Formats: sequence, C-alpha cells, structure tokens
Amino acid sequence: MSEQQYAPGTHPDLKPPIGQSGLLFWFRKNLFSSPFNTLLTLTTLYVLYLVIPAATNWAFFDAVFVADSREHCRELGQGACWAFIDNRIEQFTYGFYPVDERWRVVLCFALFVLAMLPILWDKTPARRQMLWFSLAFPFIGYWLLVGGYGLEPVETTRFGGFMLTMVIGITGIACSMPIGIALALGRQSDMPIIRWLSTCFIEFIRGVPLITLLFVASTMLNYFLPPGTTFDLILRVLIMVTLFSSAYIAEVVRGGLQAIPKGQGEAADALGLNYGKSMRFIILPQALKISIPGIVNTFIGLFKDTTLVVIIGLLDPLGIGRASLSDIKWAGLAAEVYIFVAFFFFICCFGMSRYSIYLENKLHTGHKR
Amino acid sequence: MSDTAQSSMTISDDVMITINEMHKWYGDFHVLKNINLSVNHGERIVICGPSGSGKSTLIRCINRLEEHQRGDIIVDGTTLTNDLKNIEQIRREVGMVFQHFNLFPHLTVMENCTLAPIWVRKMPKAEAEAVAMKYLERVKIPDQAFKYPGQLSGGQQQRVAIARSLCMNPKIMLFDEPTSALDPEMIKEVLDVMIELAHEGMTMICVTHEMGFAKTVANRVIFMDGGEIIEQNPPSEFFENPQNERTKLFLSQILAH
Ligand SMILES: Nc1ncnc2c1ncn2[C@@H]1O[C@H](COP(=O)(O)OP(=O)(O)OP(=O)(O)O)[C@@H](O)[C@H]1O
Ligand SMILES: [Mg+2]
Repeated sequence: MSEQQYAPGTHPDLKPPIGQSGLLFWFRKNLFSSPFNTLLTLTTLYVLYLVIPAATNWAFFDAVFVADSREHCRELGQGACWAFIDNRIEQFTYGFYPVDERWRVVLCFALFVLAMLPILWDKTPARRQMLWFSLAFPFIGYWLLVGGYGLEPVETTRFGGFMLTMVIGITGIACSMPIGIALALGRQSDMPIIRWLSTCFIEFIRGVPLITLLFVASTMLNYFLPPGTTFDLILRVLIMVTLFSSAYIAEVVRGGLQAIPKGQGEAADALGLNYGKSMRFIILPQALKISIPGIVNTFIGLFKDTTLVVIIGLLDPLGIGRASLSDIKWAGLAAEVYIFVAFFFFICCFGMSRYSIYLENKLHTGHKR
Repeated sequence: MSDTAQSSMTISDDVMITINEMHKWYGDFHVLKNINLSVNHGERIVICGPSGSGKSTLIRCINRLEEHQRGDIIVDGTTLTNDLKNIEQIRREVGMVFQHFNLFPHLTVMENCTLAPIWVRKMPKAEAEAVAMKYLERVKIPDQAFKYPGQLSGGQQQRVAIARSLCMNPKIMLFDEPTSALDPEMIKEVLDVMIELAHEGMTMICVTHEMGFAKTVANRVIFMDGGEIIEQNPPSEFFENPQNERTKLFLSQILAH
C-alpha cells in the first residue's frame, strides 16, 4: 500500500478510509472498546434480560383487558388488570362533565390541536389566517367548555381528569409566557418603579411553595374580595398557577437576555430602531432561543405541578385514580392506576421536550463566534 | 491638499457635526474633556490615540450610544438632548460600523440589511431588498445575501455591516476600529470599501490605527490622549511635522512596526 504521490497544490479530495464506519465498527468502538466497557455492556444486557420480559409479560401478554371486577381479572390472567382503567376511562378523561355534553370537550381538544398547528409548525398552509384562528381559540374553547350563549352551561366544579390537567396546564403555559417576558423586561428596565415592582413580584412568588398559593387561592381570596362575590375556584387556580410559572419564566428569560452581547442592542440603536422594535426583532428572538431549554423545563414542571390541585379538592387524574381505588369492586389495583397516569404525563412532557429539541435545531444558524 | 486623490473629493462649507465644549464622565471618571470639533459635509476624519484615550467614547457620543454631561453636540442641525425623538432622528442619519461587526446572527445577510429600512424608514419590502442588493454588490458580496452571518469570514461580515449601515442612506458614517478584529488579509478588502465610500463624498469619522488609510483618504487626523484632543491637522502635516510631544511619541511607536 504505497501512498500515491501528487505534485504540491494538486491533491484531489479523497474518500475517508474504509473500516472507520459501519455497524460492526460502531459496536466495537462504543460497546467493547476495553475490558471494563465490555463488562458494563454484558451486565447491562443481563439486567435488561431480567427486566424486559417480566415487564412486558405483566403489561401485555398476561394482562387482562376485559373484565367486570378485580376477582374476574385474577381469574383471567396474572398480569396487569387494564380492564379497570378501561372501565373508568371516561371518568379519567372528562371527570364529572355531563355525559351528554362530552362531545364539546372532544371538539374543544380537536380545535386546540388545530389552533396549535400554525404556532408550532411554520410550514402550516395558510399560516396567517390560521393564526387568527389561534388567537380566537381561547374564547371559543372557553365557550365550548363552560357553555352559555346557546350551549348548556356546565359548572366548572364538574371539570376533572385529563381534561382538567389540560385546561390548567395549557392556560398556565399560554398565559405565563407573555407575563414572564414582560416581567423579565421589567426587571431590566431603566425605570426604577417598574424594576422594583417586577423584582418584588418575582422574588415573592418564587419564594413561596405553589401549594401555599393554591391554598390562598381556595380560601384566603374570599377575605380580600367584597363579600358575596363568587369567584370560580378553577379560575383562581389558573391565576395562581400562571403567576407562579411566570415568575420562573421571567428568570429564565432574564438569563437569556443577559447572554446577548451588548453590541446587539447597540447595533439596533445605531440603526434607529426604537426600544420596542429592537426588543421585538433583535433581542428577544435571540434571548428566547437561548432560553428554550429553560422555558420548556419550566413548562414541564408546571404541567406536572397541576397534580397539586388535588390538595384543594379538584379531581385531576391522580385524584380520580385515588377515588376509584376506593371502589370495593376494584380495590388494590394501585399499580395499574399510577402507571396509567404516569404514562399520560410522560407522553405530554416527552412531547414538549422533543418539540423543544426540534425548535433548537431549526433555529440554529451557523457557528457562534 | 497635496494628494490628487483628495482633490477629487469635494468638501462643502456646510457643517455636519458641531461639538462644543463637550465633557463626559463615567461616574467620577472624566473621560472626555472639553471636546471642540467641527466636521463639514464630505469631510473624512481619522481619530487615533493610545488605548483608553476616549476615541470610542467620543464617536459613540455622536449618535448617543453614550450620553454626554456638558456642552453641545449638534448633528445635521439637530441638537442632541434627552428627547427620544431627536435621538431617533439623528440615528437615522448616522450610520455606525463596530469593531466586532455586531451583525444580527439570527437573521440572514439580506434581513440584516433590510430590517431598519423597512421598520424605521417604512420602505416597502421589495424596494428595501433592491437597495440592499445594490449595496451588497457595492461591497462585493451579493452572492452571500441569503447566508447567515455565522457562515461568513470576518472580512465579509464587516463588509455586510458596512452595507447594512449604508442601506439606511446615512449622511454620516462612524467607524470604530473597523479592521482591528480582522486578519491581515481581510483588512484590505474592508479598507478598499471604505476608500471607495470616501471617494463618493461620504462624511466619515473613523477611529483607526491604519495610518496608510489616514494618509490616503483623511482630510484631517485627530490625535487624542487622556480624553482630550491633543492635535488635529491634515495628514501630511500631522505625520511629517507633529507639534506635540505626545503625538511624536505615539507616532514613533505606531510607525515603528
Ligand atoms: N462603560 C464604561 N464605564 C466606565 N468606564 C468606561 C466605560 N467605557 C469606557 N470606559 C473607560 O473610558 C476610557 C475611554 O474608553 P474608550 O473605549 O473610549 O477608549 P478608546 O480610546 O476607544 O480605547 P481603545 O483603543 O482601547 O478602544 C477608558 O479608560 C475606559 O476604561
Ligand atoms: Mg475603542
């Protein structure tokens, strides 16, 4: 194998050497590169061999999907008793929403997906018109869920299950983003009053556990409001959850703002862009891009924290699960209930996480200096 | 005015910038002391001086990136005050090029160039793009228009930054050490663009240590030290017959290598 010689300056582009890529090479390099690495690989394989068959048998092959009661389940198979979940799925999904009106929840969810499409995906056909719909969706959604104006009114106390989680989670996420950005900008403002107010708000809200805020929402607010006013419990919870996560968003965004070099703002100023335009076109797009991991982290936290509402008597999926476990006919199936609820949360949060990675890749524009 | 290149460039008598007994402090630190300067339409001024002498601060006061505390700065007939309207008015007429380019990394070269014309000058998008293309051709990088700044070399980025400023059709261009972050082979491509601009009659104030550039295009070279203007003269006079001791010392240091 003698190296082919080229005159200086005439060396052509060559293919990389073979044997440096391919499946076998990957295995050798990543799994068996040293005795220790080989040991790790074999141990991991053994643990997987113990866990995976048992878990799949329990969850699928030995599981019972149709049954009338726990006893019945046990007669049919040794695995998970998904029949219980199947039996309660309506309640897990809609809480105590009137049975005849549940189509409204389904429609609302479908419209929500439609409204999110142009926001999350910039190649949506007719994106502009669709964005108008997204803007109108909160009002349509509210009307569908709560009723009035021709629809049967539904008390918000009948909300529950996944539907309740989605309502609190989505409203909290949608409202805390703009409030959080405003607070972050306020905390950097040149005007002392605005700066102090923002700082006080953020520090206060961050320094208090969410549960205390929820208790304040469910009990204390009555003392502050004029007697006789009724203030929907879910609305109060929404306000508290939103304020809570907007304080976190504000700090995440502030971190992003501080990471933007001073020269960016100066260049925008020098071009004659005023404060608003400089923020809108130059500073915020860059700051928010840097903050994506932190923002999504906060959103995921918020989404999971919605389970805390069970403490003030709202029945989210965990609440429903706990309540249904006390049914004598099905008692003792805690594993199924909690795994099912965990699975729901995992799907939602994992989805958010993947979307944030997609977004980061999409917004990546060449090398940073 | 001995150089032939200079005589082809016209300077009129109308004053573009007047700075009168201007002082600036950073906290207790007196950065700029009693600055008096008048710049005519079409004049090209080079400012030099040791590091920390206040050169950047001085030109950044002209478009109010820094605030001065005493004296007056009048740009194109508008006096700089705290009034935001005045400041925006002046910034529309004054372009600035920075040492570190300060291009917007999340926007393409084209978007960098059209953003301000569209949103500040209210120019229709198509027209703004045509103008941008014209200036990108002028700085010889029309083929990079749809790349992002991170994909360009330093010299290309600085030329984009110049084009971006020119798109606002400014009356005055300020340059703050535009070549000092560049590798030697890229300095020339940026200087060439600046020389061309000078030949077209742009009013320019340029902080630079490129003495060759000062000799060929400047009408006046200003030497600053310790926050003061120590000496200002046409380049021939300035380089051949410096008056002040500090100027002599500075020139001997900078021309030594
Ligand atoms: N934001 C600031 N706060 C306090 N002091 C500052 C600030 N910016 C600059 N200075 C000081 O003011 C002086 C003048 O700074 P300036 O940047 O104008 O110098 P320069 O002549 O441009 O120097 P260089 O050639 O290194 O760029 C320096 O002593 C610097 O330390
Ligand atoms: Mg400087």
